[in-house]
Amino acid sequence: MGEPFLLRALFAGIGLAIVAAPLGCFVVWRRMAYYGETVAQAGLIGIAAGLALSLNLTASVLVVTLAVSALLVLLSRQQMVPFDSLLGLLAHAALAVGVIAAALVRGPQLDLMAFLFGDIFAITASDLQWIYIGGAVALAALVYVWRPLLSLSVHEDLAAAEGTSTERVKLVFVLVLALVVAIAIKIVGVLLTIAFLIMPAAAARPLSETPEQMALFAAIFGALSVALGLFVSLTFDTPGGPSIVLILALFFAAAIFPTVLRGRR
Amino acid sequence: MESRDAARDRTSHDADRPLAPAAHREHGDLDHHHHHHADATTDPAPHDANALISARSLWLSRAGRTILQGIDIDIAPNEIVTLIGPNGAGKTTLVRVLLGLETPDKGTTRRKRGLVVGYVPQRFEVDRAIPLTVSRFVGLGRRAEDDDMARVLGEVGAGQLGDRQLSELSGGELQRVVLARALVRAPDVLVLDEPVRGVDYVGEAELYTLIGRLRSEHGFGVLLVSHDLHVVMAQSDRVVCLNRHVCCSGVPQSVAQHPEYARLFGPQAARAFGLYHHSHDHRHDLAGEPRPPPATGRPEARSDSQSDGQ
Repeated sequence: MGEPFLLRALFAGIGLAIVAAPLGCFVVWRRMAYYGETVAQAGLIGIAAGLALSLNLTASVLVVTLAVSALLVLLSRQQMVPFDSLLGLLAHAALAVGVIAAALVRGPQLDLMAFLFGDIFAITASDLQWIYIGGAVALAALVYVWRPLLSLSVHEDLAAAEGTSTERVKLVFVLVLALVVAIAIKIVGVLLTIAFLIMPAAAARPLSETPEQMALFAAIFGALSVALGLFVSLTFDTPGGPSIVLILALFFAAAIFPTVLRGRR
Repeated sequence: MESRDAARDRTSHDADRPLAPAAHREHGDLDHHHHHHADATTDPAPHDANALISARSLWLSRAGRTILQGIDIDIAPNEIVTLIGPNGAGKTTLVRVLLGLETPDKGTTRRKRGLVVGYVPQRFEVDRAIPLTVSRFVGLGRRAEDDDMARVLGEVGAGQLGDRQLSELSGGELQRVVLARALVRAPDVLVLDEPVRGVDYVGEAELYTLIGRLRSEHGFGVLLVSHDLHVVMAQSDRVVCLNRHVCCSGVPQSVAQHPEYARLFGPQAARAFGLYHHSHDHRHDLAGEPRPPPATGRPEARSDSQSDGQ
């Protein structure tokens, strides 16, 4: 311990865990896991564009995740192709474009793995700034819409009839999701970002009696698995992001199995 | 963040209009509405300025089917309006338009400025992914102090359910809790869309008695959707019989005897109604009197087919 790269990794991971926890709860409650996956995979296009134009990668990823969110809002208005098929289509089209673009930009030597699965040990001080400022903005926005967003997640018509401006609240949520995905990609990569959102929330669900409790437990699971994952990674020389996700999966298994064995639903 | 004004009073331009010429409904009066498709072109009657919710000439089509055909409706303070009609008559669609959840193709809806709506939707499916206690759910309607919360839960006979998970409730309990969420808002108007799914006949009658009593205590207007005039009759001030257009409207007895009602529901329904009316005449007179809260100490209204939202 005490190595600067390790401290940066730890701070980056824990910062992300704190903002990912409440957001991940809403992703689970609103059944938007696949939506988040699509936005995250599209982030690869942002990385390719950022490399080609020598831009800040987090900024270029953010532009792309916001653009894809807007595109999805537009596409959700047609009904010829079901939304989940559309997400599958877009996610893989984005992945294809991203991989091809990355290959053209830097040649096959580019470390694509670092962008697909993240490189938490390569986090720089400027990355940390992005994570904490972006994370603080995301968290503040989420706290601001918490009540109406919770209400419309429980029953949208009921919330709307009671006067909640549902479209505006949903828009804030989608923007926050795009922002958090953009700051998460450096740490856990385009393929593991959504895991980092939904796994702590899913592990927290069986233990929780209230929505706020679930968000809190999710933050604790997330932060613990960052610390444990980094320890595993250093000890066994395994990749950082996947090690964290593996620990999260174990937390989820430990949380859900008693419920399954007791026969509760 | 819950900006109430945005959803309400969409046509506020005529909010200051002077009192509309008397749209009086004397008891015993019966308005008979013919199909007039000419409605679409003629000027609609002005909105009732005293109404909580007032709609004029609502037309709405979905997928080539005209669901609402020139509907006029008003809900006044302290009035229970019951909307009845066969399946597919457009009852739920009309309620959704009145609540601003759906936009009509033609016509105007006016809600009183600052109107507070309490809504009990037709289907309430509990989402087990969200951990939620009963009191947390009720509190989503409005931030409520502890004694406010205890009072509304008590009013609907759910006083002991506050700490239970929403997903553990029976159908009858859930229905009461959703009603409590509507009440905690201290509504000007209570809108209930067939709130009795999965509840047996006794539970149904009990619920309507409760709503009648709460109306007397709080003085809010009520819009009630029902498939069955029998059980709601004692509590209704006015019945609107809907079959895409308004077939007939008036006090319950007159609607029950109306040929359009008999045509829609069959002569048997009209006869059965008459019998019910006689044997329960006293109930109508006592509707305003305080009665013991329905749920405490009684067997819970519950049907096995729907124990919760699973």
